Amino acid sequence: MNRDRRDFLAQSTKLLFLTGAAQLGFEALLRGEPEAAPNYKTTDHWWGMIIDIEKCIGCGNCVRACKEENDVPREPYYFRTWVERYHVPDGDIERPQVDSPNGGYDGFPEKYRAGDGAKSFFVPKMCNHCAHSPCVQVCPVGATFESPDGVVLVDPTYCLGCRYCVQACPYGCRYIDPRTHTVDKCSLCYHRITKGLTTACCEACPTEARVLGDLKDPKDPIHEFLRTHKVQVLKPQMATGSKTYYNGLDGSVR
Amino acid sequence: MKVLFGHKDHLVRMAALFLAGIVVFLVLKAVFVPKGFGVYGHYRAGALEENRAHPVAYAGRAACVECHSDVPETAKGGGHAFIRCEACHGPLAAHAGDPGEHQAVRPESKVLCARCHAPNVARPARFPQVDPAEHAGDEACTACHTAHNPRQQKEGAK
Repeated sequence: MNRDRRDFLAQSTKLLFLTGAAQLGFEALLRGEPEAAPNYKTTDHWWGMIIDIEKCIGCGNCVRACKEENDVPREPYYFRTWVERYHVPDGDIERPQVDSPNGGYDGFPEKYRAGDGAKSFFVPKMCNHCAHSPCVQVCPVGATFESPDGVVLVDPTYCLGCRYCVQACPYGCRYIDPRTHTVDKCSLCYHRITKGLTTACCEACPTEARVLGDLKDPKDPIHEFLRTHKVQVLKPQMATGSKTYYNGLDGSVR
Repeated sequence: MKVLFGHKDHLVRMAALFLAGIVVFLVLKAVFVPKGFGVYGHYRAGALEENRAHPVAYAGRAACVECHSDVPETAKGGGHAFIRCEACHGPLAAHAGDPGEHQAVRPESKVLCARCHAPNVARPARFPQVDPAEHAGDEACTACHTAHNPRQQKEGAK
């Protein structure tokens, strides 16, 4: 065996590359052509949402519309979108009182008095369609993913129901569907937005507190809104790349 | 070199074993990895199409005004002009698809109007709010107000 280190390295590198090439070639052979989507190019879009807290009246239209459109179980505690009521006494943003009776499905019966020195407002919540989603990162089987147009979707036929993603989502946006025992979440009405419609929640919102936007479309009014308003995302310290922008977001909102 | 090829049989057997292993792996992979997995990323590409296949319940304003073109005329200039039809009337894609088979139901004004306009301290202060019982007793809101243009009062309104 008179072979020096140089030979050995050259040989190993060659083998390494050959194995890699064979693997890539074989995978390309297996996967075939991507599915055709007529008139809708995923790479032309990058979806996001604006939620204007100063316009939200807490009517619960979005919660009801979402359940109607997406066949979300009616019983409490299953929501793709819900509305929270914040009540912050004495401007103490560390101790807000938060409630969300039935997710806002039946509206919000008045429970605070006007002029009690607190600020009150509604905060609609939903999947933030993060560009770097923690939920996608923890899925062990590839059943949840960021689509090429920036929507975090679920593949229910592939989901094991392991609940890792439910725990990973910092915004609490996922639930296990009691009928299928697989995970479900806001799909940003993917079946609607790819047909040129807006989401069901935006369709039903009477004050335009929610507006869907295409961040890749230079003509979309979302750009003008983001330029002229002081917006914030939820939990920016988590660096999730959230694409749900809140206008008028108070520091007490978690 | 002599040491290496002195035991040719061993090497051939080992190589055959490896080859068989690789073939089994590739066959299992082809069987178990679904079609389209990995086209766009670590997921099944077909899941995009399946998500798109979900039926639509809310038809959208454009579908409504195709037939009900008079309503935007009534609403013009009013506080409700920008509200989309199905915000109040509910999901009506079935009605838009076949108006004969699926009738739209007129919402109950006393319930519907209060959802947005009943007083609530968490609502933005500039948003018009009124206690329906105090304001009109048992009378329906639409007895005086035009639903599509609420500042326009109907004839005979007090």
